[in-house]
Amino acid sequence: MAFDKLFMYLEYPFVRYAIIVGMLIALCSSLLGVTLVLKRFSFIGDGLSHVAFGAMAVASVMKLTNHMVLVLPVTIACAIIILRMGQSTKIRGDAMIAMVSVGALAIGYLIMNVFSTSSNLSGDVCTTLFGSTSILTLTMNEVLLSAGLSVGVVAVFIIFYNKIFAVTFDESFSRAVGTNASGYNLLIAVVIAVIIVLAMNLVGSLLISALVVFPALSAMRLFNSFKGVTIFAAIISVVCALVGILFSIVAGTPVGSTIVITDIAAFVICFIIGIVGRRG
Amino acid sequence: MSLIHITNLTIGYENRILTENLSFDVNAGDFISIIGENGAGKSTFVKTLLGLYSPRKGKITFGDGLKKKQVGYLPQQTVVQRDFPATVWEIVLSGCQGQKGLRPFYNSVEKGIAQFNMKRMNITEFTKRSYRNLSGGQQQRVLLARALCASDRLLILDEPVSGLDPKASEDMYNTIRSLNKEGVTIIMISHDISAALKYATHILHMRKDALFLPVKEYLQSEIGRLYTESI
Repeated sequence: MAFDKLFMYLEYPFVRYAIIVGMLIALCSSLLGVTLVLKRFSFIGDGLSHVAFGAMAVASVMKLTNHMVLVLPVTIACAIIILRMGQSTKIRGDAMIAMVSVGALAIGYLIMNVFSTSSNLSGDVCTTLFGSTSILTLTMNEVLLSAGLSVGVVAVFIIFYNKIFAVTFDESFSRAVGTNASGYNLLIAVVIAVIIVLAMNLVGSLLISALVVFPALSAMRLFNSFKGVTIFAAIISVVCALVGILFSIVAGTPVGSTIVITDIAAFVICFIIGIVGRRG
Repeated sequence: MSLIHITNLTIGYENRILTENLSFDVNAGDFISIIGENGAGKSTFVKTLLGLYSPRKGKITFGDGLKKKQVGYLPQQTVVQRDFPATVWEIVLSGCQGQKGLRPFYNSVEKGIAQFNMKRMNITEFTKRSYRNLSGGQQQRVLLARALCASDRLLILDEPVSGLDPKASEDMYNTIRSLNKEGVTIIMISHDISAALKYATHILHMRKDALFLPVKEYLQSEIGRLYTESI
């Protein structure tokens, strides 16, 4: 019965788009998750997602047909600001993230509330924050854009993989042998911003961090090499996204939170296997 | 020509000057121990030497065919590294990142250098092991092998034995000494005065008017006598 319903849905192109885009986004977000977690940057993702929410609110009020035109540059700019300012001693990194993220959240909600002409304001806000059916209403153009950006992120990651590893493990050593560590930090921040804007369509801005952090943490329970952790995080993330999307279609649950709960379940399983494996 | 030529160097940060008008030469084969009170500028000096900070005044010139970024550096361990999921191989190989430049992957020459230095540090058996599961002494050997991949002419070590037990510390010092005997120039920050005096050829005592002397002369100098009396 459930399968019949699933196959019926899979007949529709928009459902297939949703699945493809969802898996691509999950792949990208997991790749940099490992670096973010290890560099103690997990909250940058969270902070930036709030910025993206603010930008999205402005974009909706301005009635832009393509929200990404505004959201992407604003989020990238904030990523750079957080990173640059975070390194100065005047305002500590975590405080900086808190300021930017909460500020953007407040501004975004205020703008939506005051200027929105929509009859269903709380519905709109909720959708932006938690994602919802929006992934199922993607147009062909949005699918292509997401696919293009995902390929870009994966390519950047593979080309700079060894440098990203080196800078993540030991920034001072990298600087000492002439690696432009600040440049790579900047690259990481920009790529994270791109991923967050992409992932907003899938899980909404409040749940993005889960997509970034959980696969990395799961893989770190089981693998000892950076390569192993990275590859396994990518696999877990893609599988969880697929399972989550399919389940949400069958059960009629919200896409974003279903994916995140699948990720949590995977983490719990990895955690247990990790403990058992170390004893055995 | 000397390996590093330091003239009238002044270092410090914000509006505080740590040391002024420091001039000396580092020659190939030297073993220099940097000692001094906490906050005297030992780490700042080393980081200036590495080009991580720029000097307030003065000049540091690299000679004898040594390029500026051709330095093996052993920084102090950070919190991030303690439970970092990476194999020994991945970490040692990252010592070649300077040679690799913008090329995406390491080539066979660089892999050869990494293997050679792992043998040299006696850690070949740990190749596939995870860094986070090694003992403190083993972890330091891994980082030393990585430093050697970057350069086997000059090593700069920032408290190489901090956090190690006495046995592991002694092993570490012996390893450093044998590298020095092989011709590697060593510059080492140390809190451990007796070891600093025992292994070094020269002492750099960091303070406002820093002192650079061969060990024997340092021991006879007034400040040397005062400072070493306590041990």
